[in-house]
Amino acid sequence: MTTLRLEGVGFVYPDGTRALENVDLAIAPGEAVAIIGQNGSGKSTLVRQLDGLLRPTEGRVLHDERDIADVRVAALAATVGIVFQNPDRQIFAGKVRREVEFGPRMLGRQGAELSAAVDAALAAVDLADAADANPYDLGYTRRKLLTLASVLAMGTPVVVLDEPTTGQDARGVRRVEQVIADIAAAGRTVIAISHDMRFVAETFARVVVMGGGRILLDGTPGDVFTEANWPTLESTFVEPPYAARVGARLGLGATPTEASVVAALASSAAAHDADQR
Amino acid sequence: MLRLTDVGYRYAGYARQVLHDIDLTLADGEIVGLVGANEAGKSTLCLVASGLAPGSIGGALSGRLEIDGEDMAGKPLHEFATRVGIAFQNPATQLSGITGSVFEEVALGPMNLGLPARETVDRVKAALAALGIESLAEREPRRLSGGQGQLVVIASLLAMRPRHLVLDEPTAQLDPEGTRLVGEALRQLAKAGTAMLLVEHKTDLLDALTSRVAVVADGTLVADGPSPDILEDPRLDAWGVEPPSRIRLGRAIAAAGMDPARVPA
Repeated sequence: MTTLRLEGVGFVYPDGTRALENVDLAIAPGEAVAIIGQNGSGKSTLVRQLDGLLRPTEGRVLHDERDIADVRVAALAATVGIVFQNPDRQIFAGKVRREVEFGPRMLGRQGAELSAAVDAALAAVDLADAADANPYDLGYTRRKLLTLASVLAMGTPVVVLDEPTTGQDARGVRRVEQVIADIAAAGRTVIAISHDMRFVAETFARVVVMGGGRILLDGTPGDVFTEANWPTLESTFVEPPYAARVGARLGLGATPTEASVVAALASSAAAHDADQR
Repeated sequence: MLRLTDVGYRYAGYARQVLHDIDLTLADGEIVGLVGANEAGKSTLCLVASGLAPGSIGGALSGRLEIDGEDMAGKPLHEFATRVGIAFQNPATQLSGITGSVFEEVALGPMNLGLPARETVDRVKAALAALGIESLAEREPRRLSGGQGQLVVIASLLAMRPRHLVLDEPTAQLDPEGTRLVGEALRQLAKAGTAMLLVEHKTDLLDALTSRVAVVADGTLVADGPSPDILEDPRLDAWGVEPPSRIRLGRAIAAAGMDPARVPA
């Protein structure tokens, strides 16, 4: 398991665009962290620092307190697996099973161990029945689940998901939520970029808000989506989840999830009844 | 107006009928939402309504597709292209790859319609402004983020001012502000008379934007009616569709034995 740390990380693209500025972030093993913020706020650039696809132009990135500046991307791939936003930039094999095998094979797995990893990953995303299909005979959303399986099969200590629920139907979203819960329960780290605030609030214990290449907020969904933070959220075009807005309107306090609205309503009703008696 | 009557479709080289018995009408100025589980046939329906299936990708179409009362059977693809715009799910597959800037990319459609240069420039500027992406005008289309690419694709469609528009999850990669701007642009387009089919998993957006919603399951329409009715239909879950937030929360409150009327709109 791997502790991730960014220290004063800045990043400027070769064309001069500044994408990150003075980012400090530490993520412990077993954490489930959502990164949110407007398009172009630096989310994708940030996660690409974690596996060396991009190297910071300022500051340091550490895995288990070790600077990864001199570690090759191929070696870092054993630690951090990234599922990109667009599956078609990632898929290259002619069969679903071959596609999922590639990563673990590169990490040296073979034989029964390899097949077990592939089977488990395909089952986790509901693609077991498509193992022999050509990836491009699957629809876009199932191709997205395929790229998730490919990274899951590698068993990396850190899994990064860029917009995992995009285009997923209700069942697909629940699949993704379950995969994330399983990764975190196994003591591995999962980091996801998302614009889906309901998914974020219901699935992640920690939310990092980015704006203009900086971290604006970092805390639990309850902390981050609390009404006092709404102006900050608005500055990076984040709209709090519906449940949080309802909770604020009804004066229930911080209620980032549907369950927390129901619980707060129930306890305020109970208090009301007690007053009546 | 765009009308599908008893439409069926299967892809070239496949025995399976992907769509069957589809009856769907998009009236002028109407935004119709289309929801359903993954692989239910939503994207195929978009390809059929825009003439790309079978016009571009082959396959076997049955039934009747009419645009403004005209039977489109056997019409060449360019006749569709000038009358129905389409936004694909994945913007990376839609950007032309032949332009060096976003401005040129958005200008490509109006230029191909044979519009004068002045008019083209005006339309491109208006489309970029409507989506708040004027600052992307000089950027290279291939180097855009997913969300930016999606906005550029929609700007390209706005600039063509199509009478009919088919949108396959146009906001999937957008932040809430981008989603809001796209919703506003579509509302304006509808006001000007464009008929639209909008595939979306974001039922909150459909709740706010559409008057009608149709549900597709296993290649056929299983429901089609006023948005409030369809979005509250208890069968939505079984159809693989997440109800809008306000309805989900109302149900959670009711399930806890409290009055869902306490949820503000």
